[in-house]
Amino acid sequence: MKTMLTIKNLKAKIETSEGDKQILKGINLTVNPGETHAIMGPNGSGKSTLASVLTGREGYDVTEGEVIYDGKDLLELDPEERAREGIFLAFQYPIEIPGVSNVNFLKTAINEIRKSKGQEPMSSVEFLKMMKEKAKLVNIDPEMLSRYVNVGFSGGEKKRNEIFQLAMLEPKLSILDETDSGLDIDALKIVAGGVNKLKSKNNAFIVITHYQRLLNYIVPDFVHVMYDGKIVRSGGKELALELEENGYDFINELKVNAEV
Amino acid sequence: MENKLKENTVETNLTKKLINEFQAYQSKLNGDASGSLNHLRTDAMSVFEKLGFPVKKMEEWKYTNLSPVMNHDFEFSSDLSVSGITRADINKYIFSDGNVNRLVFINGIYSRELSSVISNNEKIFIGSISDSMKNYKEIFEKHYSKYADYKNRSLAALNTAFSPEGAFIYLKKNTELDTPVHILNISDSKIKSVFSQPRNLIVIEEGSKIYIAEDYYSAGDNFCFTNMVTEIFCGKNSHTEHYKIQNEDERSFHVGMTQIHQEQDSHYSNTTISWGGSIIRNDLNSVFDGTNTESHFFGLYLLSGKQHVDNHTLADHKMPNCYSNELYKGIIGDNATGVFNGKIMVREDAQKTNAYQSNGNILLSDDATIYSKPQLEIFADDVKCSHGATSGQLNQDEMFYIKSRGIGDKDAKSLLLKAFASDVIDSIKIDEFKNIIEEKMDLKLKNLLK
Ligand SMILES: Nc1ncnc2c1ncn2[C@@H]1O[C@H](COP(=O)(O)OP(=O)(O)OP(=O)(O)O)[C@@H](O)[C@H]1O
Ligand SMILES: [Mg+2]
Repeated sequence: MKTMLTIKNLKAKIETSEGDKQILKGINLTVNPGETHAIMGPNGSGKSTLASVLTGREGYDVTEGEVIYDGKDLLELDPEERAREGIFLAFQYPIEIPGVSNVNFLKTAINEIRKSKGQEPMSSVEFLKMMKEKAKLVNIDPEMLSRYVNVGFSGGEKKRNEIFQLAMLEPKLSILDETDSGLDIDALKIVAGGVNKLKSKNNAFIVITHYQRLLNYIVPDFVHVMYDGKIVRSGGKELALELEENGYDFINELKVNAEV
Repeated sequence: MENKLKENTVETNLTKKLINEFQAYQSKLNGDASGSLNHLRTDAMSVFEKLGFPVKKMEEWKYTNLSPVMNHDFEFSSDLSVSGITRADINKYIFSDGNVNRLVFINGIYSRELSSVISNNEKIFIGSISDSMKNYKEIFEKHYSKYADYKNRSLAALNTAFSPEGAFIYLKKNTELDTPVHILNISDSKIKSVFSQPRNLIVIEEGSKIYIAEDYYSAGDNFCFTNMVTEIFCGKNSHTEHYKIQNEDERSFHVGMTQIHQEQDSHYSNTTISWGGSIIRNDLNSVFDGTNTESHFFGLYLLSGKQHVDNHTLADHKMPNCYSNELYKGIIGDNATGVFNGKIMVREDAQKTNAYQSNGNILLSDDATIYSKPQLEIFADDVKCSHGATSGQLNQDEMFYIKSRGIGDKDAKSLLLKAFASDVIDSIKIDEFKNIIEEKMDLKLKNLLK
């Protein structure tokens, strides 16, 4: 089986007003098609930063390491090129874009991705049909889609809209950054159900979450714990249960050991 | 005294040429012009001679320098009554084949062949000022040059000296005209650089309604200079939708004054869009001469290269209970410059005035410049007024979000810029016209973001 994503010793810093700040301190991770990886870890440990670096957000400086995606040096690509290659990020904090309708936004995105693959633009009929189908998948009110992107959406609606976009763009590697936070129990089930329907042996998911609850619905093959810019533990889905029970106590032990 | 005046006057070749031209024009008109018009022209010319072209040391012209215009050897439109522009040529400038009243002016001169008017009847006149003389001389004389004050405005004075040549539109009481009027102005500089001075008079009587699309194009490789004046009388409880679009090329200069007179309960809405031309100066002034009037000014300037666009507006609240709202937006790239000067005047009697103004700008390059100056002059105490000006770059979080969905840099910018301009574009209520505007905006953005 061909590996989809290989992250090797990835180190990244950001520039702040108080000088550079090292946030990722040597991440190693391998993701194969068909797999679901959960990343957990305390606030501020660098989970969203990893997602940002993988999707090419500006302001991060990779100081060491490499990321190979589908045989390509991912870090060389612009954000839009990464998206066209099949990487998708469901944002922890989705952005509002006044004046741009969801329909226009997604249509432009789909056709840009198609263009990059030498395909013809999607017809309006086909597009509308697809939109209806996928809206149903995440139980989003089609009326919302004619509105501006995320403007006036509730927190949960924004998260659902992220998964709706994911469904529309059919990426190979999806990164879900705390998609569960802000969702009520019913919405969580719907969104997780949608994700499960989108899972296939050809795509992969990285699910960032604080809660075991989501992982009851989207069952991970691997669970990683991130702390202070590193993955400090990896295991199967039972690791999430253990964390639920004991929290991140083991990290203190790690720290003690490290200091010795 | 003589010398003192001269100090403030910039003697240019163009000024001298205009003075000579005026004499030739006067003698050509000899006989066929009425006494009062002749008097008006002579008076206006003396104002222009006294004031000359505006210069940068004048407060109102602080940021706009007309001197590059003075270097060109313009031919005056009165000498260019023949133009090679054909019906086929104007196809690219029109927005509707059927349901529109079209008045075409080439170098400021009416082209009967290219115009087509379908709505005229006993209550509606749409045509040239000269054609209106037969039946509407009285209306003309009642309104002409009553609103656009030329005494302190040298360019309006210059226009008045050489006018009237332009559109005359008249709606009698209680006439709702749904078929829009298109005033198409083309500067044809194929043979020589041209100087044109369109002068429009629009009289909308009580209870009437009209849609007017006024746009400007240029054709030819030489330079053109347009100095236009439009006067609009909005009668009681009338409704006027008025659009001015500047599509000229980079060898064009355009200065213009649009002067609105609003009677009680009238509603006037203006949208001014500038994306063509080299140096542009628009003055849009509305005087509220009755209670309970409403006025909307929308504007968009979308600039590239070395374009310079200066919009000066004035909402002059003279009477109580009036409402004015102004929204001007600028997208400025390359080395271009935008100037926005919006003045709200609330006079002593204008209690219960509601006056709002906002000017937003997006600068796309480090060399792009905006000078934004709101001016509130309030002499009444019971009023609600606000103004705000912003300028900045595109929002980087929005840009990243859009790109993260596979949309490239240019298209992402284009999406955001169109969104930014959308409330101005949406103020255009003639659908076919709006479609053309949207296409033009796409094209302009493509050039700007190349
Ligand atoms: N632009 C920035 N400026 C300053 N500090 C930053 C910036 N971006 C991230 N950080 C810091 O980097 C660290 C990691 O942040 P990150 O958002 O990746 O954490 P996280 O693991 O996603 O946390 P959470 O679980 O709270 O979402 C934090 O300490 C954060 O304050
Ligand atoms: Mg986070």
